[in-house]
Amino acid sequence: MGEKAEKTAIERFKSEPLIFERSSKGRAGVLPPAPDVPSVCPEDVLPAGFLRGDIEGFPEVSEGDCVRHYTRLSQMNIGVDSAMYPLGSCTMKYNPKVNEDTSRLSGFSALHPYQPEELCQGALGLMHELEGYLCEISGMDAVTLQGAAGAQGELCGLLMAGAYFRAKGRPRLKVLIPDTAHGTNPASSSLAGFSVVRVASGSDGVIHPEDVKKLMDRDTAALLLTNPNTLGLFEENIMEIADIVHSKGGLLYCDGANMNALMGIMKLGDMGVDLVQMNLHKTFSTPHGGGGPGSGPLGVKKALVPYLPVPRIRKKGRRFALDFNKKKSIGRLKAFYGHFSIMVRAYTYIRLMGYRGLRRASEMAVLNANYMKERLKKSYHLPFDRTCMHECVLSDRLQTPKGVTTLDIAKRLIDYGFHPPTIYFPFLVQGAMMIEPTETEGVETLDDFMEAMEAIAKEAEENPRLLKDAPHTTRISRVDETWAAREPVLRWTGEKLKIHSGCSKSSRCKASRSEE
Amino acid sequence: MKKSRGFPYIPHTEEDIRRMCRAVGVGSVDELLDIFPAGLRLKGPLNLPDGLSEQEVKGLLEKISAGNSTTADYSSFLGAGAYNHYIPSAIDRIISRSEFYTSYTPYQPEVSQGTLQAIFEYQTLICQMTGMEVSNASLYDGASATAEAVLMARRITAKKKVILSSALHPEYRQVARTYLSGAGDGIEEVFYCTEKGTTLPEAVKAVMDNDTACLVVQHPNFFGCCEDVAALADIVHEKKALLIVTVTEPLSLGILRPPGETGCDIVAGEAQSFGIPLNYGGPHLGFMATGGRNSRQMPGRIVGQTIDRKGARSFCLTMATREQHIRREKATSNICTNQGLNALACAVYLALLGKGGLVELARLNLSKAHYLKERLAAVGVKTAFSSPFFNEFVIETEEPAKQPASTASQPSSTERFLKTLLKKGIIGGLSLKRFYPSLDRHVLVTATEMNSKEEIDGYAAVVADVFLKA
Amino acid sequence: MEFPKDIKYTREHEWVREDGDTVVVGITDYAQDALGDVVYVELPQEGGSVTKDEPFGVVESVKAVSDLYAPISGTVVEVNDAIVDSPEVINEDPYGDAWMVKVRPGNPDEIEDLLTADEYQKYIEEEK
Repeated sequence: MGEKAEKTAIERFKSEPLIFERSSKGRAGVLPPAPDVPSVCPEDVLPAGFLRGDIEGFPEVSEGDCVRHYTRLSQMNIGVDSAMYPLGSCTMKYNPKVNEDTSRLSGFSALHPYQPEELCQGALGLMHELEGYLCEISGMDAVTLQGAAGAQGELCGLLMAGAYFRAKGRPRLKVLIPDTAHGTNPASSSLAGFSVVRVASGSDGVIHPEDVKKLMDRDTAALLLTNPNTLGLFEENIMEIADIVHSKGGLLYCDGANMNALMGIMKLGDMGVDLVQMNLHKTFSTPHGGGGPGSGPLGVKKALVPYLPVPRIRKKGRRFALDFNKKKSIGRLKAFYGHFSIMVRAYTYIRLMGYRGLRRASEMAVLNANYMKERLKKSYHLPFDRTCMHECVLSDRLQTPKGVTTLDIAKRLIDYGFHPPTIYFPFLVQGAMMIEPTETEGVETLDDFMEAMEAIAKEAEENPRLLKDAPHTTRISRVDETWAAREPVLRWTGEKLKIHSGCSKSSRCKASRSEE
Repeated sequence: MKKSRGFPYIPHTEEDIRRMCRAVGVGSVDELLDIFPAGLRLKGPLNLPDGLSEQEVKGLLEKISAGNSTTADYSSFLGAGAYNHYIPSAIDRIISRSEFYTSYTPYQPEVSQGTLQAIFEYQTLICQMTGMEVSNASLYDGASATAEAVLMARRITAKKKVILSSALHPEYRQVARTYLSGAGDGIEEVFYCTEKGTTLPEAVKAVMDNDTACLVVQHPNFFGCCEDVAALADIVHEKKALLIVTVTEPLSLGILRPPGETGCDIVAGEAQSFGIPLNYGGPHLGFMATGGRNSRQMPGRIVGQTIDRKGARSFCLTMATREQHIRREKATSNICTNQGLNALACAVYLALLGKGGLVELARLNLSKAHYLKERLAAVGVKTAFSSPFFNEFVIETEEPAKQPASTASQPSSTERFLKTLLKKGIIGGLSLKRFYPSLDRHVLVTATEMNSKEEIDGYAAVVADVFLKA
Repeated sequence: MEFPKDIKYTREHEWVREDGDTVVVGITDYAQDALGDVVYVELPQEGGSVTKDEPFGVVESVKAVSDLYAPISGTVVEVNDAIVDSPEVINEDPYGDAWMVKVRPGNPDEIEDLLTADEYQKYIEEEK
């Protein structure tokens, strides 16, 4: 083989064409059954103006080609099963395989949402029981499972808070949100019609009662707290803060995204929390699926129960029924009843773990994070040096003098076989690296990860270029996100990739800086 | 307390824990947890069952699942936004690749090209199906996609009033109301034509004004009827408003003219039909597509094509400044986690089916539904609306004159109709009474490739029996 | 980093240059550097009005977004469409080709309230 041919062949191996480029006229990957009823011609039953022409560019591939295409794509991914994935605030714990089997049982997967209730007793019973488990774990009085993901559960809570004050005849239009909050908190608040007032964290990384006191008034519906917060710190003043919020008639909302630190150790309901959304795809081991589907149940205290979305699941004797008739309800949040098959996975997980397993999970999640923090603070700047919960936040302050940033460290970690942590969040810490090991990583893996981090810190001193050019071991090198944003190509059109040398060059030299 | 038998998903041995505690500088895990205020620490264990082995849990879940009877056990003629379609085996094999299903949102493109390229393909497929220019990476479901489309139309037009067709899925209308309740609802509904079953253009004209942001129609609509999208588009555009078309049965797009060709501005919908199990209502797959000039107002994630440092084609999340993690309270939506894996399933489904298969399957659905209509007509069942339909339509379970004066304690004729079918192993469709009080003897019936001729004949035979006795 | 002496500055990191009876507005070298590679700009319509300290446009990089605040009130007489098509110019020549809008001031006295180069430089030192 000539050198050029060899190079082309290797390039071909390294990249996978789009499914549209693999297409050839006349191929098929699956055949619909032959009709057993008289064939109806669309032209005979639909007006000509309602009919479509050819779908240009639509793929035509064999099953084998299709399966190989997507299998090759899968190989360009890292998942929790392939490597430690310490993405802070995302709780990338191992997902038990049996979850996948139970959720696929035909008694669950082939169930139509509009079947008569008497045919769905198993599903309704499971949901009812899961609501009860989540109440017990969070310390709340009732749970709705309707939220499709954390952000929708959160929106649900905020809409309920709005309805709660409207029903009292005194609508409230503001919410307080700490500067360390997830972006969904302010986004959901404004969707729910609230204006957002920012609460600054103290120099110790947590919220202080006096700051809340200054901002909390009778126009403020709620304070949205994340506990543990996104710095991985326990909001230790939560009881006092809850008292201040309650004394003005307000509600304490907790973003339960970080509940993996608390199970069986404390209950948010005991801390004065009135509403909390939980993320089944974080704490309760349901897989993230490359970005979803998740599930975001919401737990509330008694005073808010009337405002929960419909339908509610009601137990009548030994039978379960859907109750649509709730006068004060905020209405329906989602079509049907929520992400049922994700609920089955979470239910499976809770039954596997039991009360002891859940507590053990939280304890080990906290131990793992502290174990990492203690050692890594020797090679990386640790902005808040105190006992952390399930995650810790480092920064690139010790590396920036050499021109090495968090982005470079993250990309270099890939070469060492790890998924990078969450980077540049929370905004409070410049060049943040938010590391959440989760309880499912054993001590050997943590040691390996820390050795990699230490080796990278050393490389940053001795050979910064190595980091600036990382990753070196992936099929593609560092991706130019600036180019993608400047000239958006959001779908395949059959056109060849256009490379404007000028543009790519200018953004290439600054690619790392754009993320700072 | 029983002696612990170890935890399969937590690798720590007691020795590991001692070693780690030493490194942290504490005597025990309990000591580490002393940062919690003592008054808040739980004194006793959670009131939950003890853990079980995998074998026991699997047995338990099998038992629970056996407490349901499903579309696999019955002949089901249910649709109404969730469709029983065949799912090719290859799909589950691919989405069960753990590199796909155990990964997170593709924030680090160098180790997520698989997810990113698959979503880019998904976006392209959605554009091809709908005839639109850009698609996002998915939304939760058809209902929230519709609500998000309404919010988007309000942003683009800077106008408030929203008109929903009453032939839009009732649950979608409810969700839109919930989503908009925070921003002052502003929703009006326009009635459908009781004869044709489609949105009344005159009614739309009557409520359209210069403050109207958008009209939402479903096509085919909740009754299965095909809407005249082009005619509605003209009325809407006259007032500088946007037309949103919701699609709950996207298989129809195998034969129906795509909304993008008939003046639609935003298509929102549900793509559960494309390779996603019914799952008792979720997770399904919300999608949204629009014209290129609106892309910056779209909610949700978007994948774009780019190059790596060596000039090789690659993909990454793009236009992220619209999103909550950057724009916070000014974001186009609060959505973060979406339906990534289901978008992958959809892409694989459409790729497998291919151009020919898609058209053929759509025609098969059309044929099955028309056969069902014909068989039911033959035994005296009337179709409620005259509009052309794809794979579902509304039937009347009884002549109005024959209807007995119903009392609360007495089951209605529709209930009896469906109960009789159920006894014969047939889920006969969705009674519309709960959503449309005036359609109290009406049932929405759906037929797909999953309904064999035998099943359809069986349905008609049972109905004939009921009608003859009545 | 450059801070030309012949122009005025705002605390929101815009610059203002007087040009006859109009003023030219853009963003400073410091602002473009803090944003990183600019990928998108949104500017007002010609003929529209802007209000001092109120947003009149948006500038975005890959991972940051910032409102543009009007340094003075007035009417927009010209908009630099070239930077909408080539936003990278904002990184390359913030005080020159990357001017954003020309405004006819409603109240020319407002220009007096703006910062001098020295004052602005001192302000951003303190910000850090």
